[in-house]
Amino acid sequence: MPQFNVIGTSPPRLDGREKVLGQAPFIADVPIPGCWVGGVVASPVPHGRIRAIVRDPAFDWSRVVFVDAASLPCRNFVHMVRDDFPILAEEKVTFVTQAVALVAGPDRATVDEALRHVTVDIEPLPAVFSVDEALKGEVVVWGEDNVIDEYRIDRGDVKKAFAEADLVVEGDYATGLHEQLYLENQGMAAIPRDDGSLEIVGSMQCPYYVQGALEQALGLAPERLRVKPCVTGGGFGGKEDYPSVLALWTAVLALKSGRPVRILYERGQDLQSTPKRHPSTTRIRTAVRRDGTITGLEIELRFNGGAFTTLSRVVQQRGMLHCQGAYRIANVAIHSLTVATNMVPSGAYRGFGAPQGLFAIERHMDRIARELALDPLDVRLKNIVDEGDTFPCGQKLKGVFARQVLERAAELSGYRKKRALYAQGSEGPLRRGIGLSVAFHGGGFTGSGEATMGTVVRIDYDGAFSLHVSSTDMGQGALTVLPMIAAEALGLRPDEIAAPRPDTAVCPNSGPTVASRTTMYVGRVVTEACKALIDELRTFLAYQEGISPRAIAFTKGALHCRSRSWTVAQAARARCDAQGPFSVEGRLPQEAAACFNLDRFEGEAYRSYAWIAQAVEVAVNVDTYEVKPLEATIVAEIGRAIHPVLVEGQIAGGFLQALGWSHIEDLTVTPEGRFSADQLNAYLIPTTLDTPQWHIDVMEEPCDVGAYGAKGLGELPMNGAAPAALSAVENATGVFGTEIPLTGEKLFRLIEAQGGTER
Amino acid sequence: MEKTIRFHLNEKPLEVSCPVHWTLLELIRDRLGLTGTKGGCREGECGTCTVIVDGRNVNSCMMLAVDVAGRSVTTVEGLERNGELHPLQKAFIAKGAIQCGFCTPGMLMSAKALLDANPRPSRSEIRKALSGNLCRCTGYEKIFEAIESVGAGEIFDVDDGVWQAIEQVQKPRD
Repeated sequence: MPQFNVIGTSPPRLDGREKVLGQAPFIADVPIPGCWVGGVVASPVPHGRIRAIVRDPAFDWSRVVFVDAASLPCRNFVHMVRDDFPILAEEKVTFVTQAVALVAGPDRATVDEALRHVTVDIEPLPAVFSVDEALKGEVVVWGEDNVIDEYRIDRGDVKKAFAEADLVVEGDYATGLHEQLYLENQGMAAIPRDDGSLEIVGSMQCPYYVQGALEQALGLAPERLRVKPCVTGGGFGGKEDYPSVLALWTAVLALKSGRPVRILYERGQDLQSTPKRHPSTTRIRTAVRRDGTITGLEIELRFNGGAFTTLSRVVQQRGMLHCQGAYRIANVAIHSLTVATNMVPSGAYRGFGAPQGLFAIERHMDRIARELALDPLDVRLKNIVDEGDTFPCGQKLKGVFARQVLERAAELSGYRKKRALYAQGSEGPLRRGIGLSVAFHGGGFTGSGEATMGTVVRIDYDGAFSLHVSSTDMGQGALTVLPMIAAEALGLRPDEIAAPRPDTAVCPNSGPTVASRTTMYVGRVVTEACKALIDELRTFLAYQEGISPRAIAFTKGALHCRSRSWTVAQAARARCDAQGPFSVEGRLPQEAAACFNLDRFEGEAYRSYAWIAQAVEVAVNVDTYEVKPLEATIVAEIGRAIHPVLVEGQIAGGFLQALGWSHIEDLTVTPEGRFSADQLNAYLIPTTLDTPQWHIDVMEEPCDVGAYGAKGLGELPMNGAAPAALSAVENATGVFGTEIPLTGEKLFRLIEAQGGTER
Repeated sequence: MEKTIRFHLNEKPLEVSCPVHWTLLELIRDRLGLTGTKGGCREGECGTCTVIVDGRNVNSCMMLAVDVAGRSVTTVEGLERNGELHPLQKAFIAKGAIQCGFCTPGMLMSAKALLDANPRPSRSEIRKALSGNLCRCTGYEKIFEAIESVGAGEIFDVDDGVWQAIEQVQKPRD
């Protein structure tokens, strides 16, 4: 076990002080002199042809600026995975809330008045909201057949496996919309500068995505587009793609008006118009032996993508690469589709496709257990993936700890004893149940994404160290953890390294803050920059001392030659005094990135996987159909816990989001194409009264890629809590839920259909 | 129509006028420029706008500004004294009770109102007192721990960049 000075300690987060003082600058708090307010003319219908945009002459339009597709001063697309998402609708609208025009004025009241004087004359077209309807092809929302993307994986001989099976187990599973519900609504401002450049400030995860989208649509050079995230009040994926849209809207209005323009979403507008987690349906067939061994697996995984591609392709790929679960199955056929509908485009949410697929396979494991009268834990252990096993994409696995986390969670939670006890039922309205799941998450971008990302970080020294990355701290603690990593590598204290919020005029592109990649990959690149810094100092000191650089060693946080030694701070000071401020960069070594063939869906999908098992204990009230979480035992193998307190915060926070998704976070599309909630009293997230007693156990088995062995953590706890909760409900009541959220109403129907809960 | 009101804000007397239909949140943020208090939903659901009025935590988005006339209002800006953080602020940092920080000011105010009335609350009293304050990041556990640590009289301070419990005083339960 290596000895660390900084890694594994939990120093106070560097932004803690400004946050407890209420001084952390969120976009709504930042004073912007002379700033105008922006507003959006949104489509009231889910599908239709725009006949006219009518501005009522009763309003004095000279008080505001107005932009529609026809008067856009730039190309009409928001650069994402595909460039199909228009800044403003042209000819057609394909979802409710789609922007048709923009208004900016000196204050909210003026803008609201202007918006009331705009009528969009739309000839309504038939709309589709579900994947099944969209696949009929009667209504074309996108492309020729509404199929946004389609992938297949085929391994082994599935036909033979089914022909020889003792038993074929089939099931259908569904997951609902899931709102990120960052507490800070989306917000963005564009500030035009005298030299014709634009400054963009706002709430975001990915400053260089915003810059790229502006660059592509506006045709301005990146140096003239300065993007500076404010403090970001939660993201969870919800501020990955949408900030590019808001940035373009504010930029267009700022260019048109010559003034700064800010758009701050209200909660209702945010709920109604921003991307959610893709609803999914999964059909699974398994060829099974009597003893529970799965010999063949067929999965049909379908995502509702909404009206445009946004990030769906990548969400789908990740879903594909996780939907077989943490199991060793030789014969596999997976087919996945993302289908366009007249819903607000779906987007990124923590887990990014994996939670949907894992929900289905984990519930299916419970189904196999039920049909064979085995315990769900035994069916899992029978098939669990081990070191050296192969995933369906052909990846031979190393660093596998699925069995270890599962066995440990079962042991720590007292699963076997409780499962048997609770299955006997009890008197009174409260029924207890326990369920468990095992899951995993691939760290970093899917496939060859990290190889092509070109992640760069920079360390500056001008009398003090500063670390520059484009990774934003949206609460996860990136700007505390990354300086810790540098401090460890340089033998410094974490507070000796400043890590300012990103500013594209200053920071290099360390990539977007997504995909559980920041600690693992950006952190790794920080260590590479630290190596470059040491080399730089070694060269300098060798020159000063008149010796060979090879005569200077770096050990125990200091540089040594035969006669002298220097701390990194002393050496950097000497170099700066002699030659002025200096900088070094770090890049990802090629061997640290995965190599994957996306056309054939073959190869190393992720360089490392983190593993998690979760046992959830609930009490179901069979009079009110409320499900109350009692205990959560979570065992996670994450490579290395750089900052254990932040690790626990990620695990508990992610778990609770997943638990909310499993039974109370209920969002649907109305027949008019709107989301069913535009207030928080209609979309409930867990409160302080809805949390379990936690037992969090972190295992550290360092991987060879991430910083000091760290694997991706952020999304991991989102994977697996939902199926474990439904398994607990099954244990408590006997009913087998296949669809989340399993709301009280749905649970009521299942229990009624079963004829009650007396067993 | 504007109305002039007098009240105490963070222990200082204040006279200010604002439109009669404004909420306390609008007065605090838009007229007085105290942006520590957040507007996460403006419909009384999320608790990010929580302030203390005469000892009770209230959603400032659900209270008319003119209704604080003659009363005493505390916002997050009123917690720090002479550059010294309030014990709750220190504990929130030390225990990892903060992630994105958007709920933090409101959480702190609900926690302060609780501790002022009940200096050593039980876990279930803490849960109840904070049930109007949503947090999406933390899972709440670290927030509970922070409040309990203040209730138990642990004072946190900075030592060598690391927050440590340097004093542990059991306060008698009221």
